[in-house]
Amino acid sequence: MVQNALLERRLESLKKNWYKFSKNPVSVVGLFFVLAVSFVAIFAPYISPYPMHAGRYVNFTEASQGPSLKHLCGTDVFGRDILSRIFFGFRYSLMMGAVVLSLVVIPGVVLGLIAGYYRGTWIDTVIMRVTDVFLAVPPLILALAICSVLTPSVFHAMMAVSLMWWPWYTRLVYGLSSSLRNEFFVQAAEVTGASRSHILFREILPNCVSSIFTKMSLDMGWVILIGSALSFVGLGAQPPTPDLGTMVADGAKYLPDQWWIAIFPALAIMITVLGFNLIGDGFRDLFALEDV
Amino acid sequence: MSILKFLGKRLALSIFVLFGLSVLIFMIARVLPGDPVRMALGSRAPQWAVDNMREQMHLNDPLYAQYYYWLSGALHGDLGQSLFTRRAVMTDVKEFLPATMELAIFAGIIMAVFGVLLGAVSGRYSNTWIDNSVRIFSYIGVVTPSFVFAILFLLLFGYVLNVLPTVGRLSPWIHRPPVITGMVSLDAILSGNFAAFGDAIRHMILPAVSLALGGMAQEARITRSTISDNLRKDYIASAKGFGVPERLVVLKYLLKPSLIPTVSILGLDFASLLANAFLVELIFNWPGFSRYGINAMLNKDLNAVSAVVMILGVVFIIVNILVDLLVAWLDPRIRLGAERGK
Amino acid sequence: MTETLLSIENLHVGFKIYEGRLSVLNGVQMTVRTGERVGLVGEAGCGKTTSMKCVLKILPSPPGEITAGRILFHGKDILTMGTREMQHIRGSGISMIFQDPTAALNPVFTIGDQLTSVIKYGSRESLSKKEIYIRAVGALREVQLPDPERIFNNYPVQLSGGMRQRVSVAMALATEPELLIADEPTTSLDVTIQDQVLRLLNGLVEQHETSVIFITHSLGVVREMADWVYVMYAGNIIEGARKEELFTNPLHPYTHGLMNALPKLTGGGIAEGIPGRIPEYIDPPTGCRFHPRCPRAMEGCSKSLPPITHTSDDHDVACFLYGGESSE
Repeated sequence: MVQNALLERRLESLKKNWYKFSKNPVSVVGLFFVLAVSFVAIFAPYISPYPMHAGRYVNFTEASQGPSLKHLCGTDVFGRDILSRIFFGFRYSLMMGAVVLSLVVIPGVVLGLIAGYYRGTWIDTVIMRVTDVFLAVPPLILALAICSVLTPSVFHAMMAVSLMWWPWYTRLVYGLSSSLRNEFFVQAAEVTGASRSHILFREILPNCVSSIFTKMSLDMGWVILIGSALSFVGLGAQPPTPDLGTMVADGAKYLPDQWWIAIFPALAIMITVLGFNLIGDGFRDLFALEDV
Repeated sequence: MSILKFLGKRLALSIFVLFGLSVLIFMIARVLPGDPVRMALGSRAPQWAVDNMREQMHLNDPLYAQYYYWLSGALHGDLGQSLFTRRAVMTDVKEFLPATMELAIFAGIIMAVFGVLLGAVSGRYSNTWIDNSVRIFSYIGVVTPSFVFAILFLLLFGYVLNVLPTVGRLSPWIHRPPVITGMVSLDAILSGNFAAFGDAIRHMILPAVSLALGGMAQEARITRSTISDNLRKDYIASAKGFGVPERLVVLKYLLKPSLIPTVSILGLDFASLLANAFLVELIFNWPGFSRYGINAMLNKDLNAVSAVVMILGVVFIIVNILVDLLVAWLDPRIRLGAERGK
Repeated sequence: MTETLLSIENLHVGFKIYEGRLSVLNGVQMTVRTGERVGLVGEAGCGKTTSMKCVLKILPSPPGEITAGRILFHGKDILTMGTREMQHIRGSGISMIFQDPTAALNPVFTIGDQLTSVIKYGSRESLSKKEIYIRAVGALREVQLPDPERIFNNYPVQLSGGMRQRVSVAMALATEPELLIADEPTTSLDVTIQDQVLRLLNGLVEQHETSVIFITHSLGVVREMADWVYVMYAGNIIEGARKEELFTNPLHPYTHGLMNALPKLTGGGIAEGIPGRIPEYIDPPTGCRFHPRCPRAMEGCSKSLPPITHTSDDHDVACFLYGGESSE
């Protein structure tokens, strides 16, 4: 019975939050973009006009044509339809974001919880100093270095970005955890003999969720940006993989004449990142957070 | 207490961090598949040459020995030989680092000054058309990869409008200033060569602005929200209520507390400047450190890669310390430690 | 013969927010005479602070706007005054102590810096730097802060809550205002400190012969500090009387309810609250805003706002029970 009441309350607050979120036009636009991009990414093979263009495909008779009814975003120098490649490119971008975040959030958050709870002890010092080392490296440099020593590929790029990303979650949760640790409800749990893991995961963590969630939304955008930068330089996805960053790099050579080869993929990147940024901002406003 | 102790603590921490970083990057650079020496010498080089080089570079020694050689060399200013350029890495550093630093500093100034300015104006006139345009601009700035900006600017100002140079640091017809710091614009001023100074600045504008836009947008957003929050604070209403003239309230009592969050992220934004520099350097053919680093990475040039990462790490740490000092100066609450009273 | 120092006439203030328009002040009417100590009592959210912010014209103006009314200071309407004139009034004419001393002090400037600015721009005369410093330290000493020269160079974060409040008092009085508005100056303090600060305030007010508007939600404080008391409810002044008169003879049903809500040490009986809640300003009740909760509401109460009736020299009330035309 108590469970039911709790569940009901949670649903209620979820509904209220959704209502508030949807009142903010900026968030709704962001949500729209993100959903659109996700939909396209998931169903790319079914909705692209020319799905086989996403892989190895060459047709020089159709090459380098500007936007037309047949090819809404034009074709590149190999005759591949850019719109279709963009659809598939979304897959890689979203995948990058999803993989990196799923690798990074859990360890980062757990470390932060522990370090914050044990603030002032050697556990805290060790964890945070290691975090500092990773944070001391200018963000992209580490990713580049790692990418470069391993053969460039999407997978390695994701690993590299993950390695440099987890400290941010640790730092965020550390701040929250160490201040929450002194709240009454935590002390109450301690006094009644709750186990450490209960305190960390059932008392402190739920209060961090909104910040973590907001950061994750914003981070999707950042990771995609960084991923596209890596690909642009050649350290990420390799041709003929239709990655948006690689497409911009390839297309850059043909500016300004065949502008569509670079511009449309660039716009695609921007829309995706914008969408995540907007919903992240929406969450930030919704939860009234300051330091995410 | 304050400044000296603070500085001391930070320096000690930084040294520890640098040490950790050096170990980390060393591991990464060494523990890799493929044979860097073979790559450098080419597949047709005789085995004895490869073996010789490996011996020379201590590559057959245990890892900790290798680390020791590298570290002691580094502390003496010897960063080893670049496998690619065949020169001492230190020479490469001296040649390329100032170019990137010059660009980064210029971009950093643009980013900080215009970011704060835009944000302040936007926050002061919040919800007007000024505010809305700045907000749109800053969204665009944040989501657009810097290489996109670089390409667009190159096209627009370099080719279409043809008003700004797009390649290199100085036009060929300019008399080169002597190399004092390596930073051309600075050297030009120091030696009184104003023509060169102007030319150098013109060459820097496009790459620097492309670099700065992302950070500028960030700073503008944070400044804007801080200012519009602080405008409603009681201490501002109180100052106005006591008759302090509006101009003083805004320029002094509003500005100083509002700068704090902005300055705090300056360190991070500067880091992203350094990181994104490679994109811009590639596009504008700027002979800079980041481009050198990328090439080193693509060519698996061990020593160069280690050196690049370490040096950029040092720069980043220094910038962060400076930023922390600045924040502590701005905000006495941090300087004076924990709060007493309610 | 005392003259009217401040007169707020029919002040209407609205707030434009995302969901719509809040009609907060609904025709506020009050006067303060020279040398008088006026208490302004009401529940949280009834509009006390908002009214006072209008007096100093520091109402945050994108959301808030004054839609009607006049505020006369020495007979001149400050709502139509230009910035220059207003600046003369701020500080030496009217000054304010804010409710939360921590929020009212700029955290990144020293006490001395802020105090100096206030004295420099708020005083009637122009003073030299040295004179300003002397005055500043003197003001800090007057509020019984120990070691005022050190406090001058301190930052707000280095002081305790009670000390910060004293600093606020010092700032407000340093310009020797004719009228002091004290917005719940003791609410955020410990009870023990509250008493000290109130006493201090009383002493200073007597010494400087300043008029005071004392905002509070505590009847007990009002009893100590005021000569005349106004009671405010949901954006209207519903009753005003000399202090003893109000306490012995509360007329408005709301005031009655307030008095009853206080537990009495003598006379027994359990304290009763007033049923219901203060109205939502986005859709306030028509007519008298108290009528939905009023135990003695009549038919006309929802139709028009009751005007202020002088039941005696010492007592005004806005309620149809005591007069005024209610359209029946």
